[in-house]
Amino acid sequence: MRAYLDNGTTTQVAKEVLDAMLPYLTEKFGHPLFLYSLGQEAADAVEKSQKTIADTLNAEQKEITFTSNATEANDFAIRGVAHANRKSGNHIITTKIENPSVLRPCEILEKEGFKVDYLDVDSQGFVDLKQLQELINEKTILVSVAQVNDEIGTIEPIVEIGKMLHEQKHKIYFHVNAAASYARVPIDVQKMGIDLMSLSAHKIHGPKGVGALYVREDTQIKPMSYGYISMFPLKPGTENVPAIVGFGKAAELAFANFNSHVEHMRKLRDKLIAGIEERVPHIVLNGPKGEKRSPANVNYSFKGVEGESVLLHLDLNGISVATGSACSTRKLEPSHVLTAIGVKPEVAHGSIRFTLSRYNTAEEIDYVLEVVPRVIESLRKISPVKPEDL
Amino acid sequence: MPVEFTERSLLKYTQKVLELFKDPKNIGEMEDPTVSAVEGDPQCGDMLKMFLKIKNDKIVDAKFLSFGCAANIAACSMTTEMVKGKTVDEAEKITIKQIADNLGGLPGLKMHCAVLAYRTLKRALQEYRKKVNSGARVG
Repeated sequence: MRAYLDNGTTTQVAKEVLDAMLPYLTEKFGHPLFLYSLGQEAADAVEKSQKTIADTLNAEQKEITFTSNATEANDFAIRGVAHANRKSGNHIITTKIENPSVLRPCEILEKEGFKVDYLDVDSQGFVDLKQLQELINEKTILVSVAQVNDEIGTIEPIVEIGKMLHEQKHKIYFHVNAAASYARVPIDVQKMGIDLMSLSAHKIHGPKGVGALYVREDTQIKPMSYGYISMFPLKPGTENVPAIVGFGKAAELAFANFNSHVEHMRKLRDKLIAGIEERVPHIVLNGPKGEKRSPANVNYSFKGVEGESVLLHLDLNGISVATGSACSTRKLEPSHVLTAIGVKPEVAHGSIRFTLSRYNTAEEIDYVLEVVPRVIESLRKISPVKPEDL
Repeated sequence: MPVEFTERSLLKYTQKVLELFKDPKNIGEMEDPTVSAVEGDPQCGDMLKMFLKIKNDKIVDAKFLSFGCAANIAACSMTTEMVKGKTVDEAEKITIKQIADNLGGLPGLKMHCAVLAYRTLKRALQEYRKKVNSGARVG
């Protein structure tokens, strides 16, 4: 049996998505900029995707710009807004648990003379709203917070942050990375007071190589690059039409049955959590329980074992997961998210993230619940570190 | 600053490493070892404990416990295989490079795993020398 539980990293392309894309690689290959029918057919398809995605956010069609991925969208949003609003201020606020695609651009901006504050989070990963209020000053131009933390599934108080920023005397742009929350948690850019939002297609059963940035009308932002402007003034160049079509189709599928997909994932999530708690001793659930946790995320630290070994043993059993262990990264440090919520490094090294999609089944969870306890037990047997000592 | 391109080999394991990870040799606790040594730190994500049984200056058995990644398990598995049957003098000559080479190489980022296995072995052998020099009955 196989069980793919790393949907937070990437997902399989839905059959309907592939079918929608294929004609745009073959007979409908036109360039959207050109007036002949082949070109206009491609332009119509791109606009349709743009509209579909805008509707899922309660945004205007023109406010969606396609990018190569969410990383590019995050970088574009943060540096684009920072550079365009340098005269109004040089202060940015984000959190300690953001994705590197938010943190790295912030570090680059710091080198350019911007001041960046990184909000603390509590033991479940929630940002400190009081600290945010205190840090906001007349030089603050941008706040960037992910709606759902991609590692531990914490749903941040986006509505409250949006409201707080709206109440300020001057304009503070609000960027939200929604790569981990899109199609999992409800989004409404109007109700949430969001100015910029990053999305990714390949995390919702769309193709890799396409993402999007929602940019509210009238936002001061520098274009991502310069060149021949076609459909997207902020990102010039020939559009990746087949991928954009696939992204639109993936969004259409995800939102056509949003509530039932979410309910399905939530049930599997709770089954997995209950099963692990029942079968495996010496564990810690990272992130919150219940309504404030992404329906698609489960993250446990298994004390006394090392994450990469767990990951590879699960892989030998056909189960794909992710780990917050140092050994799986290029930095050899445990996950910065787990560190920020106060998980001790020796415990963080044994963290495993399971992420769900609408395609996962209860049978797969049963299988995972059969394999995981066995793998953890066998690795604990050969470990010189006793879980009860951690 | 010139560009630094990424090498996939930084994270990719050889067949040998995966083999030893799946089916490690000499893993488990040893009943009455002549010496044992612990190196590494769970805080850093890897820790090894090695047990040696030595008779007449010859290593007759070697076992280990691991809190670590696949490279850690494979490197210590290999090291214990390498020392079995060797005299203490011979075992002292084993190098980090020999351990890594016998694994068909380790990804750049995982070389420290061979280093840790090597250090644990060194520490165990030092313990043995100390024991012998102090006049304790060994082996």
